[in-house]
Amino acid sequence: MNAMTETRPLLSVRNLTKRYGPRIGCADVSFNLYPGEVLGIVGESGSGKSTLLSCLAGHQTPDTGEVIFQTAQGPRDVLQMAEPDRRRLGRTDWAFVHQNPRDGLRMGVTAGGNVGERLMAVGARHYGDIREKATDWLGRVEIAADRIDDRPRQFSGGMQQRLQIARNLVTGPRLVFMDEPTGGLDVSVQARLLDLLRGLVRDLGLSVIIVTHDLAVVRLLAHRLMVMKSGHVVEQGLTDQVLDDPQHGYTQLLVSSILQV
Amino acid sequence: MTDQAYNFAYLDEQTKRMIRRAILKGVAVPGYQVPFASREMPMPYGWGTGGVQVTAACLMPEDVLKVIDQGADDTTNAVSIRKFFQRTAEVATTEATAEATVIQTRHRIPEAALTKDQILVYQVPIPEPLRFLEPRETETRKMHSLEEYGLMHVKLYEDIARHGAIATSYAYPVKVEGRYVMDPSPIPKFDNPKLSNSPALQLFGAGREQRIYALPPFTHVVSLDFDDHPFEPSKAPHDCDLCGASESYLDEVITDDHGGRMFVCSDTDFCRTRREAGHVGRLGTPSQEAAE
Repeated sequence: MNAMTETRPLLSVRNLTKRYGPRIGCADVSFNLYPGEVLGIVGESGSGKSTLLSCLAGHQTPDTGEVIFQTAQGPRDVLQMAEPDRRRLGRTDWAFVHQNPRDGLRMGVTAGGNVGERLMAVGARHYGDIREKATDWLGRVEIAADRIDDRPRQFSGGMQQRLQIARNLVTGPRLVFMDEPTGGLDVSVQARLLDLLRGLVRDLGLSVIIVTHDLAVVRLLAHRLMVMKSGHVVEQGLTDQVLDDPQHGYTQLLVSSILQV
Repeated sequence: MTDQAYNFAYLDEQTKRMIRRAILKGVAVPGYQVPFASREMPMPYGWGTGGVQVTAACLMPEDVLKVIDQGADDTTNAVSIRKFFQRTAEVATTEATAEATVIQTRHRIPEAALTKDQILVYQVPIPEPLRFLEPRETETRKMHSLEEYGLMHVKLYEDIARHGAIATSYAYPVKVEGRYVMDPSPIPKFDNPKLSNSPALQLFGAGREQRIYALPPFTHVVSLDFDDHPFEPSKAPHDCDLCGASESYLDEVITDDHGGRMFVCSDTDFCRTRREAGHVGRLGTPSQEAAE
């Protein structure tokens, strides 16, 4: 790797637009994401942040725009990729952490099976190795090794979310999409999860796009911030800069709406 | 046939043509589930409506039909389907595997080796091997077309994690010619090796699910497994109590309510042939055989 590839963006989004009939999902979104960077997307409910995320991750097809990802074979427009390639990307270089762990986990499959699924999907066929790797990853997300044969149903909400993270990171993705990863968790569990995420992101050098409406989450995790309103990006910049000196009226409203305890 | 209201082999010729087209497509793409317009048959779903339609489309007046259910020629399902074709196709029927040209089976492959002149028709309840892992049919079809079969190994992983070994003992998933993962119908995994490289044509019909798939002769079929937990065809560790066979698949029969039991070949024709040849098992008596 020379200096040239280091400075190239990992993901480059150009003029992404998604409409639901006459309504706008998200409009004309452009940004670059560099390796090792965490980008936060904030906005109120219905501002188009989840639409944007699912368009980026390939769960929905945007109407116009480009999503250029730096693959091992050079930059490629994900939207123009053949479906098998895109799905392969989705289980190797990419990961998606859902807000509700039930969407991202197989609830009827044990914790070990959940973590091992991505390994088996990319061709792992040695039970002992898969098991060892699953145990290792459960440890990294602070789930006791003796819970490996329990099903997610028997886990608490915070544990389920950590399991989902382990399941996604086991194949060493480079880009992780997160949709409200701390939603629905109580504050102390949230704090632990954020701490864990921050450690993992730093240790693994992950690039992350994290969608949330919780400004505390982006303050802790994100390097850069994008604020969305009614499908449009109204402001973007460094996290501290946006939060401490908001320029757009909506961002000012958002920042001042945080409850002070 | 003029005194009967039925066409030969019950189905009308256009329906048979439609089914034959599905069969041909299935043969051309081994292991691929071909949709077909399954007809209502005069028997309930789950009684082999898929197998019956495939058999009806394959039968010729000179064919000799054998029908087995769990290996036996004399169980309800086998008897009723055999009678059905005796009445609607007036074909000759037999219980001897070697004499049959078309064999419709439920949950077993005959012990006797099949030949290139035979067609084996399986009754399939659930053709989709990924069904219980991924309930969406749209998704499973996509997984088949993109060859995304990691999920199948999750099921085997779960078996080992819970039971210490791959506990799936029937409907054991196989990979056909390195491409499609296929449900071999609920045959015991003991029979799985017989799927591969068989000289006979093997056809699978699922009536309720409206799918036909096929294994042409000499197709390479591999049972899925892990490197450190290889596939093992298993059977009860006994010999047949009637004919003494040690290599056949056995049924356990409870004989009284004091724990008495016996193991007998599930393939009745195989067992009878052996007894007629003079083999006697633990509970069999030579005089019984002579009487038969």
